Order: sequence, then structure tokens, then C-alpha cells
Amino acid sequence: MDMFQKLEILTDAAKYDVACTSSGVDRGGEKGKIGNTVAAGICHSFAADGRCISLLKVLLSNDCVYDCSYCVNRHSNDGQRTTFTPDELCELTIQFYRRNYIEGLFLSSAIVRNPDYTCELMIQTIKKLRNEYRFNGYIHAKAIPGADQRLIDELGLYADRMSVNIELPSNDSLKKLAPQKSKERILGSMKQIKSGIQQNSTELVKYKSAPKFVPAGQSTQMIIGASDESDRQILKLSEGLYQKFELKRVFFSAYMPIINDRNLPALDTPPPLLREHRLYQADWLLRFYKFKADEILDDNNPNFNPLLDPKCNWAIHHMEQFPVEVNRAPYEMLLRVPGIGVKSALRIVQARRYTILNVEELKKLGIVLKRARFFITCNGKSASLLRTDNPAVIAGAICERGFSERELAAPEQMSLFAPTGEDKVKCLSGQI
Amino acid sequence: MLEWSNIVYQYDGSYDGFLCCVFESFLAKENPADIILHDEQQETLFPVKYIETDDVRAGRVKRSIPLKMSQEAEDIVKRAFLSCMEHKETKILAFLRLGYQVGAKVTKLSTHDVVHTIDKAVKFVGNEAHLSLEFLRFSEFGEFLGAEITPKNNILPLITYHFCDRFPDENFVIYDKNHQIAFLHKGDGTTEYLYGNVTFPDPDEEEESYRRLWKHFYETIAIEGRRNERCRMNHMPKRYWPNMTEFKA
Repeated sequence: MDMFQKLEILTDAAKYDVACTSSGVDRGGEKGKIGNTVAAGICHSFAADGRCISLLKVLLSNDCVYDCSYCVNRHSNDGQRTTFTPDELCELTIQFYRRNYIEGLFLSSAIVRNPDYTCELMIQTIKKLRNEYRFNGYIHAKAIPGADQRLIDELGLYADRMSVNIELPSNDSLKKLAPQKSKERILGSMKQIKSGIQQNSTELVKYKSAPKFVPAGQSTQMIIGASDESDRQILKLSEGLYQKFELKRVFFSAYMPIINDRNLPALDTPPPLLREHRLYQADWLLRFYKFKADEILDDNNPNFNPLLDPKCNWAIHHMEQFPVEVNRAPYEMLLRVPGIGVKSALRIVQARRYTILNVEELKKLGIVLKRARFFITCNGKSASLLRTDNPAVIAGAICERGFSERELAAPEQMSLFAPTGEDKVKCLSGQI
Repeated sequence: MLEWSNIVYQYDGSYDGFLCCVFESFLAKENPADIILHDEQQETLFPVKYIETDDVRAGRVKRSIPLKMSQEAEDIVKRAFLSCMEHKETKILAFLRLGYQVGAKVTKLSTHDVVHTIDKAVKFVGNEAHLSLEFLRFSEFGEFLGAEITPKNNILPLITYHFCDRFPDENFVIYDKNHQIAFLHKGDGTTEYLYGNVTFPDPDEEEESYRRLWKHFYETIAIEGRRNERCRMNHMPKRYWPNMTEFKA
């Protein structure tokens, strides 16, 4: 099989993995080596689906012994099986990297023979890339759940970021759809990486030259829409993962039906892109806006509002806290105004030290008033064009485009995540 | 703010030359209606004064900026000078005049018209420089790697550090076709700028094969069921596409 075909098969098999970020670590270049890393990460291209391409994302092998029903690479699926040799993959990474196509390598693999053997193959490849090919760029390695602790520790010394896929949002779904994987094994590997990072940081205090273990931290991902958890369950789970395992990111992947299985959504089910988008919006609120999962969704509202983003939805239900005065409100409160993000809030806080902010000034600061105007006052004056005493009116004014009034009135459109609704609101998430 | 004086300055286009215009404007107590390049057609009724570039004068202005304002102000001025904003010279001069008046806080007055104008230009420069780090593509031509970019702002000086750090042992050339400037880095660490036209040779068989592999990877990684052209274009504006390997025939 030639390289062209191999690349096609192993890219095709890896494309449903979401994480492709190259962020989290700043490492300068070195004479005699090739590459550096930039903490903010660099995207090098965007695919036709709008997702960023930062790393060469491939599987080392798609020759899997597992039989998870949602996965294209499952053992019982027909299709060509192939494996990169370490040199093939190293050469490809270096040549792509030199041409500035990529920031580095994202290496994952199907389970070849058993977890330990797979992990050893990955170590062999990455070690070669670092030591023989002198590659100093970004490497994201997928930890293989169930592999020996010693192997995961070794992999972590060559990788910048590691991730363990939690796959599905609950243990029940896991049992049903991925019977060979278990929550205990997955969380066990996560814990191992976390303790590796902690141990390493104390070693680094003692010995400056101690090799760095996963300097860019760990992340995970789960499939959304293949099983029947509520949005609230998923969000609580990610909150827990951030707190307990100190993850850098939790990624969500809308389930694409590629396999006919009685436990899975039918093949013609469209991927729940809007739901995925809402989860990312809520994820941002957890990480950068100091929200708690319980504030975003509760037992009475366990699922997202398809028409309003989670922040707008929260604001509409807490109108008693608005409007806020932009010239005086604390930073934390500015962050809660729909339409004002971290950058805008910082700009407001800085600019108001020197001048009084009116609508005109806000525009110069680049604050988008489309939604914010209903929730703020500028120097005592309301910026709203509408009366703000009726939340329903405001909700109507700020709900997302793409829904016409007629459709809003139709009851079946109001059901959560009805497939027709998703076609209307195009998914915006791409750069994740 | 000072009234406009009935005079136009002409200078050599260099940053030092511009700083000498600033010096002259303070020395002669005049606020030029425009500052134009030496080879620019004169379409003005005002008399034109040619400002010689002088190291001593430029140095005095250069030192005064961090001293009277801040390091941040100097960075902003330097970046604004790389921008493609029309009449950037007079706009930066206005920013400096304000800066000498109010001191370090000049960079914080983001709602002041003069500062707002500069901020906008600097933001554009910064964004374009960042996108160039993302979308620039090298080709291997045997002895060296070569890339061609076509930015609106003169961002080449802002991106060279990144590539020198990343590829310390490579010979590479980055050519800004719009501004006709090329940056040269050699594997021994020496660098230089070249002015004028640069043409790269045709790619060889090996280069062609890596291009094909990359193009194929690019097409394979997209999930057809999630196709989203608008999202792609938001993140990667079309004007960058012609220089990118994945979109070349």
C-alpha cells in the first residue's frame, strides 16, 4: 500500500476525534532541533467543516481488537486495515512541519493486540520523532486506557499533551456501546496522568533539568447524542472533570451515525450540532465566566434552550440583576452581560478609569451592543431600544437568527433539538 | 490640537525618516497637512519640505517615546508604522503629540479619536501578522525553503522571529510580494532583508508529492456531514487562499 492510501485510511479513521489544539505550552526553539511551541496554539488551516487543523491528526493503526458499536474502526466492521511504520510517520510529520502545514502531531491508535502493545508502538514512534528526528514541536498523544502505568508514564515524557477519551457521558452508555471499556479504566488513566503532572511539578522545583511530563496538561472528549443523557448531566460531568482531574479541556463531539446498530440512533439522524454548540458555550461559561453548572441548567430545565445561548438564557431568567451600569459594575458582573466577553469586559474596566462611557464610547471600544444593550445602562441612561420590564420581549429580540416568526409559533419546532431546528441554526463552533 | 500648517513634508519612507519628520514638526512648530513619500506624486497646493533622515534627530525622538510615554507607546507607534492605513504618518504624529502632552496614559485613552484610529490600525496589523503565521506555506526548493505572502500591512518584520526560532538550522526565504521585500535566514543563523522582486523556481517531484499528500489530508480530515463554508471562511478569509498549498491546483 502506498503512502497516499495509508494517509487516507488513517486520517479518515482519526477524523472523528475532536481535539486538535496545539496550546498550553511555550517552548523556544533550539539549535540542532526543529520546532518550537506557542502557548496560545496556532491553527494552520480550516477544513470544509470549519474545524481547525492544527496537528497532523492520524491513527498509528486502525487494526482494532475492540468492537465498540459507535466506532468506524470496530473489529467487526469491514474495511482496509493498515499501520504506519515509525519512520513513515516521523518523516511525514517533519516534512509537513517544515512547510508550515502543521504545529505537530496528534497521535492516536486503535487497540492493536492489547493496550500495552499499542502503547509501546506509540512510544516507539514518538521517541524516534523526538530523539532521532530532533522534533521539538507539539505532540498530543492519546493515552490508551488499561495500558500499564509504566508505559503511560513514559509516553508522557515525550508528549506535550495527553488525553484519555471518556467516550460516553455515563457508565451505562459505556456498558451498552463500548463493552470492552469501563469507567474505572478510563478514570484510572486520567488519575495516573494527573498524578504524573503533580509529581513532575515537585520534581521540577527540586531539579531544574527533570524531564517535563505532559507540560500542556490533559484533555478528554465525549460523544454527544449517541446515548440519552441530558445536557445537565453532561455539563455536571464536565464540571466534575475540570475540578477533580484538573483537565485543560473537555471536548464534545456530535455523534455522526456511520453504523447501523440497534443501540444507536438511526443512520439518517442528523448530528446534533446545535446541542454540541450549546455545550461548548456552556463550557466557556464554566471556564472563563465563573459560572457554575447548576446556574446554567437545573432539574426543571435539564436541557439547553435551542433559541438562546446559555448566557442569554441565564440573563433572561435573572432580569432582577439587570441593568448593570457599565461605568461602575464590577468586572464579574460585566462578564455576565450577554454580548460582553472577557476581552470586552477588560476593555471597559480599563477605559472607564479615564473617561465616562456612553454608547458612543462603547462602540469605539469594539463592544457589540446587539444583545448587551438590553442589559446595561451607560451613565444612568438605558441603552435599550425596547422596554426591559418584560423578559419575553427581550428574549425575542436577542434570540438567534435563522428562526422566522412562523416557525417559532409552530409547536414542534419548540421541542428540544428537533432535527429541523438544527438545520436552521448553523453550528458556529469551529475553532475549538 | 494644533491647527494644520500650510505645508507638506516629504521623507524617504523609513521609520527613522518618519521620526525626523516628527522632530522637524516640533522644531519648526508646524503641523504638516500631510507627510508623503519621496517618490509620491505631489497633488497638493501646499509647499513641500523635504526632510532629510538624520540619525541624531531620529535617535532623540526614538529615546523620548519610552521616556515621556511608555514602552507600550513605542511598540504601538512602531506597529502603526507598519500598517497600510492611509495617511498613517500624520495620524501617528497626532498620537505622538497627544502622548507628549498626557504621558504614559496615552495608550489607555482608547475612546479618544486619535488613539482609537491608531488602535484600530495596530489591531489590524496584529491580526494579519497572526494569520500569516497560520497560513504561510513553505515549499522546498532543494537548497532552501521559500514562502510567498501577500499581506496588506507590512507585517514581515513581525513574523520573522517566529520562524527563525522555529527553524534555526534551515535556510529559508519569506517573500512579501505586495511590498517587494524578502527576508532571508541561513542555517548558520545569519539573516538579511532584500528589496525587489523574487521569483521561486518550479517545484521538484518530491515537493510535488508532499503537496499532494497535504492536499489529500486536508480533504480527508473534513467531515462531510458537518460541512460549514461560512465557518471556514470566518476563520480563514478567502484572500489568504491563493498562497496556500491546499488550494493550489
